[in-house]
Amino acid sequence: MSVAQRAWGAVPDSVKESDRQLIAGVLLFTYLLYILAQTFLAIANNAAILPAVANSLQNITFLIAVYAIMALALNLHWGYTGLFNIGIAGFMAVGVYSMSILAAPATGSPPGLGLPIPVAVVGAVAITALVGGIAALPALQLDADYLAIVTVGFSEIIRLVLNASYFAGTVQDPEASGYNVVDIFGIQFGTGGGQGINTPTSSPADFLYSTTSLGDLLYGPSGDPNALGSAVYAAAESVGVNSSVVNGATYSFFLLLVVVTLYYVLLVRIGNSPFGRVLKAIREDELVAQSLGKDTRWFKVKVFMVGCALMGLGGILWQGSFGFVNPNTFRPIVTFYIFTALIVGGAGSNTGSVIGGAVFAAFLFEGPRQLARIVEVLVTSVFGSLPSPTTFYAAVVSLNPLAWLGYTIDNVSTLKFVFLGAVLVYLMQNRSDGLLGHRKEIAASIDLSDRTPRKRESAAADGGESDE
Amino acid sequence: MSDATDTPAPQGKDPDELPEVEDSDIEKAAQETPRGLPLRVQGLEKRFGGITAVDGVSFEVEEGSLTGLIGPNGAGKSTTFNCITGVHDADGGAVLFQGEDITGLKPYEIANRGLVRTFQIARELEEMTVLENMMLSPRGQRGEKLVNAVTPGLRDDVVAQETDLREEVWETLEFFEIDHLAEEYAGNLSGGQRKLLELARALMVDPDMLLLDEPFAGVNPSLEEKLLDRIHDLREQGYTFLLVEHDMDLIMENCERVIVMHQGKLLAEGSPEDIKNNEQVIEAYLGEDV
Amino acid sequence: MDVAETYSDGRRLLVERPAVGLLGVALLYLFVDLMLRLANVPVELMGVEVIGGTLAVSTFGRFLLDGLIVGLVVGLAGVGLSMTYSILNFANFAHGDYVTTGAFSGWIAAYLVGAFTLGVEEPIGRLLMIQAPSLVSAFSSPLAIVVGIILAGLGAVLTALFLDRIVYRPMRDKGGIPLLIASIGVALALRYAIVFIFGTGSRGVTATGSIPEVAIPTGDGTIPMNLHEGTLIVAAVVLMFGIHFLLQRTKLGKAMRAMADNKDLAQVTGIPTERVIRATWIIGGALAGIAGFLIVLERGTLSFNIGWRLLLLIFAGVILGGIGSVYGAMAGGIVIGIASRVSLVWIPSDFARVAAFSVMILVLLYRPEGLFGGVKTA
Ligand SMILES: Nc1ncnc2c1ncn2[C@@H]1O[C@H](COP(=O)(O)OP(=O)(O)OP(=O)(O)O)[C@@H](O)[C@H]1O
Ligand SMILES: [Mg+2]
Repeated sequence: MSVAQRAWGAVPDSVKESDRQLIAGVLLFTYLLYILAQTFLAIANNAAILPAVANSLQNITFLIAVYAIMALALNLHWGYTGLFNIGIAGFMAVGVYSMSILAAPATGSPPGLGLPIPVAVVGAVAITALVGGIAALPALQLDADYLAIVTVGFSEIIRLVLNASYFAGTVQDPEASGYNVVDIFGIQFGTGGGQGINTPTSSPADFLYSTTSLGDLLYGPSGDPNALGSAVYAAAESVGVNSSVVNGATYSFFLLLVVVTLYYVLLVRIGNSPFGRVLKAIREDELVAQSLGKDTRWFKVKVFMVGCALMGLGGILWQGSFGFVNPNTFRPIVTFYIFTALIVGGAGSNTGSVIGGAVFAAFLFEGPRQLARIVEVLVTSVFGSLPSPTTFYAAVVSLNPLAWLGYTIDNVSTLKFVFLGAVLVYLMQNRSDGLLGHRKEIAASIDLSDRTPRKRESAAADGGESDE
Repeated sequence: MSDATDTPAPQGKDPDELPEVEDSDIEKAAQETPRGLPLRVQGLEKRFGGITAVDGVSFEVEEGSLTGLIGPNGAGKSTTFNCITGVHDADGGAVLFQGEDITGLKPYEIANRGLVRTFQIARELEEMTVLENMMLSPRGQRGEKLVNAVTPGLRDDVVAQETDLREEVWETLEFFEIDHLAEEYAGNLSGGQRKLLELARALMVDPDMLLLDEPFAGVNPSLEEKLLDRIHDLREQGYTFLLVEHDMDLIMENCERVIVMHQGKLLAEGSPEDIKNNEQVIEAYLGEDV
Repeated sequence: MDVAETYSDGRRLLVERPAVGLLGVALLYLFVDLMLRLANVPVELMGVEVIGGTLAVSTFGRFLLDGLIVGLVVGLAGVGLSMTYSILNFANFAHGDYVTTGAFSGWIAAYLVGAFTLGVEEPIGRLLMIQAPSLVSAFSSPLAIVVGIILAGLGAVLTALFLDRIVYRPMRDKGGIPLLIASIGVALALRYAIVFIFGTGSRGVTATGSIPEVAIPTGDGTIPMNLHEGTLIVAAVVLMFGIHFLLQRTKLGKAMRAMADNKDLAQVTGIPTERVIRATWIIGGALAGIAGFLIVLERGTLSFNIGWRLLLLIFAGVILGGIGSVYGAMAGGIVIGIASRVSLVWIPSDFARVAAFSVMILVLLYRPEGLFGGVKTA
């Protein structure tokens, strides 16, 4: 918490004032809505209210946090620099897989490098940055729409390579015909192929609640909760909330309060600086930036590497936190989710990225399902039961509106995508700036309209006289 | 720093502000270039597919001068600018700036040597404010290094430097009398205001020489007067100008030397008087009018 | 161009674009290697096989045939993508889902006709939902296939026109990126609307048992080719010639070519742009839909994501052929198809698509105007 607070202190006041309120307001509204909805559902289903609400809140917090993190990372590429990178899923995959391979024990299947988890995470972020640097080469010379095709192709290449059994590392007998361990100068590892790979931990909160030694911290805690863990679990248990919800909530709020804040501060600092100004100029008109003496290619490479590193880390914190991952997690659809989140919030605005992440996660991604549950409860309470036709045809020919509703509710997870697509189209047609786009986030480290010269400031700071 | 009498620093400009130049470079420049000719273009050529837009053009621009470059539409003036400033790769010829060969350098390298251009159609960074546009220009900003921009201790230096630059920016805006637009988005400016901003922005690079491509196009007459005054002021401070313009009277009244291009070739070069009376020039312009 | 000039051009290319030179050398190596393999000549250097090897002509022939089949489909579908790219100035990420839409509409029609002509007793609901398994083949019910092809085209055309009306037309004045993002939205909506109706399951649609097959002899074996593969090849080739005729001989085709070259100019010269745009969607949509129907005919299974899975290959083909060129799209598609299958000579099948996408990226980087030069044929 104190890290987050200190970091927050670094954000310029002008930005902080309204934006903190805005983000807090959106989150508060979302939470209220979810609390209401879950309370209603719990009552309707005769379930205990508190555990249901707690579980739902930790779930939605997690989603809000990860989409905010990814939207912020993308904002650096697309919002600031105008780099149309739709290979996000691929860069996330590089991060998660690098971490998993670096951390996996050398004796595992697939084998890995057996490095301590913190080292693996740092290494994975560095690897993602490097891969991003390579992917940046096309970005140097391609128009946005070509870059889109290249990056989505790149991300599919990454996914297909991870999916191939050729590098899986699952057949470890060198004599066997399907031998597929990657061996580089004696360092052996594998990707797990289509079967996927274990990530170092399935419950990151254990680092807080179960760590009792340095070894636990380095290689993942195992075993019983420590003093803090026991106390927290017991307290939660007393109100009917089980330890897995506690773990989930702890990690989710860590992501939201610490990681999102850190990303936000970093992004604000990058954006509100001469560096960010050049990025903005590249987005607006690269030739102008060049004609004013800026080596835009180098800026683009840097920003691609940093953005990809942030995406890799985001992937690690998100997809890498479930204990297991496979290549299908990184289909292009994930990229489109993140793009939608950013576009909803408003590309170019960091506050918009966070709000977009929240709105996307709570209302576009998770909302339809919750709405369907509520509608189902309401309708069943009025009509007794809701038919559930097996096919679209059966539903249509039944000529029964209730059957239509039933089919719709059963397939709400599919309809969600149709809805998402429609939202994207709507935004592009009517509000391409998103909720908060086109906001004045001035790219400078100081308030440019205030002409107070430096001397006076330092004099005032030194306690000297100020001539006001 | 070199002896001021050897390489005359533009008057009115603090010699300390000039980019550091190696002594050996200066010697080389002194050998190759007659003193006082910051820009030399030799046999410049540029082809687009079938057409030769610039066809072996050579000329020189004197230090501290206001030189006009004229020619009918499509004569190749903008293309010449583009080749000089590295926007296009020339197909042949050489460009020397302050005695150094800058042919084939990237636009940013050329700008960083102190040769800055504006565009015929003003290219504003539309979704950036006038202030942001101006703050972009200065060279050697510490905060353009990512580490300096984000690392807590180092960022203080960035803030300090930006605070100084801010004052300079405001002064320049006042000089161009567009300070009332400082917080406006560049995209909201009128055509004339954009031209002013573009010139002001180019100046913020702290160049030695400016290439202006039709800076008065679309500017109303009173603003044009103002802009011209500014240019004369700056010239007195030691800046060198090469100016593309269609308005003959304006060129003749304001420039001490005029270069005429026609169909990619250099047609004539000389004082306004010479040019006015040059048969070929008259013909070229008449030919266009008919 | 005489030899010396070609030579010096080549040398300049090598100097200016070392990567292109490297690529050329790599391709040459692969070609020589392939020839040696086909001739069963392994060349060893110090016990390591450096080039050549063994490869049955029949195996290679089958790779070629597979590649041609995929390539024709990709090429057909690519025509529309290429045309919308050049005329409407955006990369249409929904194009793959037009392929899917066509396939579904075509197969519904084929099922209805098939059940009728074959006298199969199936409830209409199961036919409409394409649920009755493996019902028709080109052998048992050629009429069903013909009707299917037509309805596949029609279904995709109607979808494309409808979506243009509600999505793209209101956005004509917007840039390529908003349109591209909108098309991603369209792709999602369309694909999952299909899932909403038909579900995610993959369904077998062609009667597999009784399809006649020919065996093409190659000396060391045979290349089997069945009726559905033959149908696909014939239909695709006929359509490609049809497009050629349309573009070269009709007024509409000429207007389209003009507009692909320069939209503003076309507007000034009075070519009715909206009509040309509509024609673009019609032709592009029809070919995409038919391509979808044909690939399902050949593979035998239909699922909601066939088009999406093809999309990047289609992009690869279009880019290879040069964006905006209709012939380039066809040729590029065929090259991509064949390259992705022939690559199996050297790499495991897991990587066939990787190879195709890599080629696409390399072409975009080093020859963005396409392999067949920047000449806009149409
Ligand atoms: N990027 C380009 N591609 C192809 N042709 C070009 C390009 N830029 C300029 N040209 C051609 O080169 C010739 C010279 O153009 P240029 O813009 O240099 O003329 P100009 O003297 O600046 O004319 P104007 O007074 O109209 O600005 C013209 O025939 C023009 O059509
Ligand atoms: Mg010009």
